[in-house]
Amino acid sequence: MPKLKDLVTRRDPLCGGHRACTGCGAPIVVRQVLMSSSEPVVVTSATGCLEVVTTIFPYTAWNVNFLHNAFENSAATCSGIEAACKALKRKGKIKQNINFVAFGGDGGTYDIGFQSLSGAMERGHDMLYVCYNNEAYMNTGVQRSSATPKGAATTTAPAGKVIPGKVQFSKNLTEIMIAHDLPYVAQSAVGFWRDLTAKSEKAFSIHGPKFINVLQPCCLGWGYKPALTAEMGRLAADTCMWPLYEVENGVYKLNYTPKVKKPIGEFLKTQDRFRHLNKPGNGAVVESMQKEVDRRWEALLLRCKHEGGIQK
Amino acid sequence: MPTLAKTGNEAMAEAMRQINPDVVAAYPITPATEVVMIFSQFVADGLVDTEYVAAESEHSAMSACVGAASAGCRVMTGTSSQGLQLMSEILPIVSALRQPIVLCEVNRALSGPINIHCDHSDTMAVRDFGWIQIFSENAQEAYDSVLQAVLIAEDEKVRLPAMVTTDGFIISHCMEKIETMEDDAAKKYIGEHKVKNSILNLEKPITLGSLDLQDYYFEHKMPVVEAMKQAKDVIVKVGKEFGQKFGREYGLLEEYKLADAEFAVVALGSTCGTTKAVVDELRNNGLKAGLLKVRVFRPFPGEEIAQALSKVKAAVILDRSDTYCNQGGQLYTEIRSAMYEAAKKPLLANYIYGLGGREISLEGIRQIYKQLQECQSSGQVIHFGVRE
Repeated sequence: MPKLKDLVTRRDPLCGGHRACTGCGAPIVVRQVLMSSSEPVVVTSATGCLEVVTTIFPYTAWNVNFLHNAFENSAATCSGIEAACKALKRKGKIKQNINFVAFGGDGGTYDIGFQSLSGAMERGHDMLYVCYNNEAYMNTGVQRSSATPKGAATTTAPAGKVIPGKVQFSKNLTEIMIAHDLPYVAQSAVGFWRDLTAKSEKAFSIHGPKFINVLQPCCLGWGYKPALTAEMGRLAADTCMWPLYEVENGVYKLNYTPKVKKPIGEFLKTQDRFRHLNKPGNGAVVESMQKEVDRRWEALLLRCKHEGGIQK
Repeated sequence: MPTLAKTGNEAMAEAMRQINPDVVAAYPITPATEVVMIFSQFVADGLVDTEYVAAESEHSAMSACVGAASAGCRVMTGTSSQGLQLMSEILPIVSALRQPIVLCEVNRALSGPINIHCDHSDTMAVRDFGWIQIFSENAQEAYDSVLQAVLIAEDEKVRLPAMVTTDGFIISHCMEKIETMEDDAAKKYIGEHKVKNSILNLEKPITLGSLDLQDYYFEHKMPVVEAMKQAKDVIVKVGKEFGQKFGREYGLLEEYKLADAEFAVVALGSTCGTTKAVVDELRNNGLKAGLLKVRVFRPFPGEEIAQALSKVKAAVILDRSDTYCNQGGQLYTEIRSAMYEAAKKPLLANYIYGLGGREISLEGIRQIYKQLQECQSSGQVIHFGVRE
């Protein structure tokens, strides 16, 4: 696990003064992931908030090499750079070890970039893919994605008189990536810097394709006060809506067990996107959400116990 | 020089082997599959040093090409039809990033309805993305042009991506006798890849693909405009030097018995071969027939075409694709526009032919020349060879 002292003495991969919203969780994810690398990094990003707020010409917030190509191809683009590095190393033109990192939001990862991600991971490129998952298309104004939780109001699955927000549960992408049989897959959240830096460091130490899904609270899209971003991540973990766990070579490990498993209502009530669920008649929605969270949590516990137990 | 029997696909793959690119990222599609299939065998047999990325789609293939080219590598790929369409989102990004990626494109009709045979609708659909486009009449030209494309694309004045096209099945799958270079000669001809910027240069970090809004975007498009202007001369220079070295000279256009011709056909690709045979026949019968082959479609040799056609009485522009704009095919509309300033212009007619691989025969070309002699006024757009 990297020491805080080590982390803060490393060169900041992303400088301040970028245009992310006050309280945005995305730069927190980027910094914590990239500062966990002891080797130089080369970064790609999908079109989305991260690319938009860090690269508006003639400025760049990146102190490291950075390439944005398009929306759905962060993984494929990164795989091309990694392949290039391999070719150049073979010819003796590059000697330095470089860590390749692809970032994508949940839209660019769960939805439009899903195929590109799956392909790059299957091909086994030596790269880390990090999804900064804010659970909707925030850059275009909070549209639903397959990562959006059931019940959340978005601008394309709004809460109306008849339909109470998104009807479907979120896609469990982390499990889908685990099913790719990658050497390392993890789930983390903003608000757990130790967890995310430890996972990133571990990912960088492993050769091959790695995937980390990071829950990134978004004050604009979720509707909470900017100062509470880290708090939102912690609440998601404490309600088991977003468990922190990792799978190394197929072995599950739970990294965080809430002292008291809070009901999801504790999480929902803090955010405007779920406000309509308090209305009479929407109780069944919350109930079904709680049931699904419990089901997924139990299933995860079972896998963790079965595969090596809960971390005490 | 070795003389070999090769299909168009084999010829392109052979050129790729001799170019020995750093990275090839590709995805199979009929009728271009063989190009990358044969090439991946070269990789498997250790005949090239290339890192081969067998992508899960053409979109990812071109995306990986962009990544690899950003790392300062020499990068190639191949595709056709729907595959080129799937790549098309990324194609203008490649030219904007000034990446000299070379693409072996096999012309095939676009869906729908789905069809696997030749027309030019796929290549024409991506004509305005800042890529150089070179058409081939046969396998020999495909081989020669793929090699030249590397030099053209990587030229300091150009630095633009280039696609070399063959006609699906007609060239891609037909075996012809071609002359190739010795490996050493090809290697020497291609030379070392000059790296401009690299995303792997850790000494000097760069940001590529920035968000570029109304205050800069326009200025950043101008270098592509300028490079495309420069490309014309570079293509001519490279084609001429190729002729001096290997005996086969190339230009933007090829005039076939056009100097004193009264009636001309203007065409792209394999149909030019068929037309040459008919021109010879008609000449024997006393008709002053000629052909203008357009080898390079992007950059468009408008002035050169206007000049070449200035002495003919009437010309038919053959388009193997339609624009569906009621003004004729892509080649025709471009040529008509290029002729606007010309002091002397022939009567122009547009024949759209051969869609979805509909065969164009010697007899078909004879008919076209015959109808051309009866042509009284400009502007006719005829869909030729289609049943009523």
